[in-house]
Amino acid sequence: MCLAIPGRILEIEDAETEFRQGKVDFNGVRKQVNLAFLPDAKVGEYVLVHVGIALHKIDEAEAQRTFALLRELDELDEIS
Amino acid sequence: MKYLDEYRDAALVQSLSAAIRSAVTRPWTLMEVCGGQTHSILKSGLEAFLPPQVSLVHGPGCPVCVTPIELIDKAVALALRPEVIFTSFGDMLRVPGSAHSLFDAKCEGADVRIVYSPLDAVRLAQSNPDRQVIFFAVGFETTAPANAMAVFQASKLGLANFSVLVAHVLVPPAMAALLESPQSRVQGFLAPGHVCTVQGYEEYVPLAERYRVPIVVTGFEPVDILEGTLLCVRQLEEGRAEVENQYSRVVRREGNVAAQRMVREVFAVSPRTWRGIGEIPQSGLQLRDAYRGFDAEERFPLSIGAVREPEVCISGLVLQGIRKPQECPAFGTACTPERPLGAPMVSSEGACAAYYLYGRRNS
Repeated sequence: MCLAIPGRILEIEDAETEFRQGKVDFNGVRKQVNLAFLPDAKVGEYVLVHVGIALHKIDEAEAQRTFALLRELDELDEIS
Repeated sequence: MKYLDEYRDAALVQSLSAAIRSAVTRPWTLMEVCGGQTHSILKSGLEAFLPPQVSLVHGPGCPVCVTPIELIDKAVALALRPEVIFTSFGDMLRVPGSAHSLFDAKCEGADVRIVYSPLDAVRLAQSNPDRQVIFFAVGFETTAPANAMAVFQASKLGLANFSVLVAHVLVPPAMAALLESPQSRVQGFLAPGHVCTVQGYEEYVPLAERYRVPIVVTGFEPVDILEGTLLCVRQLEEGRAEVENQYSRVVRREGNVAAQRMVREVFAVSPRTWRGIGEIPQSGLQLRDAYRGFDAEERFPLSIGAVREPEVCISGLVLQGIRKPQECPAFGTACTPERPLGAPMVSSEGACAAYYLYGRRNS
């Protein structure tokens, strides 16, 4: 649970700050993710998500690398 | 997959390995704090690329492993209440309590559900107003922002049927406690990269200065870990004790300030007992008074029996880097991932599980 999972923001819903959320694509699995801690995150950007909250913006290359590693470590079960 | 290739690049691994060999003149013991790093090291057989002078010991960075057995027993007791939907990260279900795990409780009919996020548990409480939804709020700095947000949202929504069983722990006080221990062999740390995405790494500076120990914020790829090891060994050889950031493509010095603010809003620093290690001062989080109404331990007063750990299990020594998993007499025989005696055999972040899964392949 300590390893963050990278995903790409597909859409962002309008909501007050703490409830700001969006749909994030984790290499095919789509989930609602809270975006309150990344107020400048935009659709199309990649984020590192810790248990349902996006905490860091990353570039696509880093997202791909992290995703490949997590797949190898069998750490992706929790989002499926 | 070109990005992947770059980070698994055999030539890069070999050149980092050669650089470590040429930097090292004496034996050094480094600890990788995070269980995710431990798994990466074992999975990739990374120790084969290190010179014999450099040994890696595995740290306590496995939330499943250090959650005290009392709280597992409380979780089981809460889950067995008929009005309760007990929610948890999946990793916690097979952690052995004194007599039962949450998985055992589920088999006995308890409504135990795995959620990906504590925010899913809040939504579950909204859609089940006639049930009490409890979330097992475990973890390090990485899960604290989500757990704080769950309590904050429940408070804003006025949810009277949501609460959390809190077992939050913090990395830097555990590192300090390890360094204070007379048994400690650790001379340098690879600090956990993803914890630092939240917290940044300012808080490691006083540790490096006080204990004269190098601390290198390190990622999870084999190449990251070798590079972190190289930076740490160079500091040791040169007599430096600084905080360095190997994982700068992800980690910034200040971390995520908004997330830290939310954690401070909901939680206060408190003493915590670590399974296998004991109480460490100011090493965890508890709900602030303003949010005490969401504390499952207050809402459902519990009396649990005396706790019981299996005598043969040496997980406390493993978690402190004093012993290796395969030195345990029960390792791989009485204790396996299917029938774990100790928590480090359960988790995808536990050192015993990593040795069990990958160790034999590497030997």
